[in-house]
Amino acid sequence: MQIDWLSFTPIPSLLGGMILGVAAALYVLLHGRILGISGIISGLLHPKLTDTAWRLALVLGLVSAPFMAALFFGIFPVVEIESDWIAIVIAGLLVGFGAQYGSGCTSGHGICGLSRLSPRSLVATLSFMGAGFLTVFVLRHLIGL
Amino acid sequence: MKKHFGLVSQYAIGVLFGWGLIISGMSNPEKILGFLDLAGNWDPSLIFVILGAVLVGLGGFYIASKRTEAFLGGALHIPSRRDITKPLIIGSLIFGAGWGIAGFCPGPALVALGVGHLKALVFVVAMLVGMELCERFFSSHKKASDQV
Repeated sequence: MQIDWLSFTPIPSLLGGMILGVAAALYVLLHGRILGISGIISGLLHPKLTDTAWRLALVLGLVSAPFMAALFFGIFPVVEIESDWIAIVIAGLLVGFGAQYGSGCTSGHGICGLSRLSPRSLVATLSFMGAGFLTVFVLRHLIGL
Repeated sequence: MKKHFGLVSQYAIGVLFGWGLIISGMSNPEKILGFLDLAGNWDPSLIFVILGAVLVGLGGFYIASKRTEAFLGGALHIPSRRDITKPLIIGSLIFGAGWGIAGFCPGPALVALGVGHLKALVFVVAMLVGMELCERFFSSHKKASDQV
């Protein structure tokens, strides 16, 4: 194992992580719900009259976050997407299906679940991290993409 | 009035969460892949993201566990299941495989969509299709209340 010191950002990552924690804490305290992005999005697929507006409001917040970051702080997010179109489609299908079948994603299981010491979320987080490590190993080092 | 405040709060928390993703570097798929590439040039930053989030989250969820009602009204919807099931593990493994292919998970994909990347839009559409396929054909095992 070799550490990529040039890319390593412990302070911004810790700070950004704490902001994610504040958002998740505010969400459960104010709205009484788990801030799980996949669950909030998937609820829009079969919309009910009473819960569509708040889901859309949250999604709109996420989508407009880069604009608001530029507006308030002059921060422009770095988004590098190296995957080709086919990989993007396959990845999207797997992420959507897996989050739905596994009842959550990196936010719901990873951030909120670990914060509330849920054994289900711990198992889910270890599972998707393990699968992520394995997938990148196979794609980058065995197949050599 | 309260309903409108609720929507503003939802929006604001969405923005805040997006800022957390941007500042932590999680909105960049290449950084995620750098973390998942243990055998390559490894970027451990994501460990610090989780550490920061859980440190703060523990306090928030501890307070929430003492309450029965949300501060803006309404019951707390916190999943109570504790059983480890096959769908939980298989679904999470599939999720992780997709995460490892492109470095995108749902939150960061929405942020990247907001930056204007067409590939993020395609990812989000494919993700919605994946969710719908699961709902149509594989959802008999669970209740909506288990979703986090």
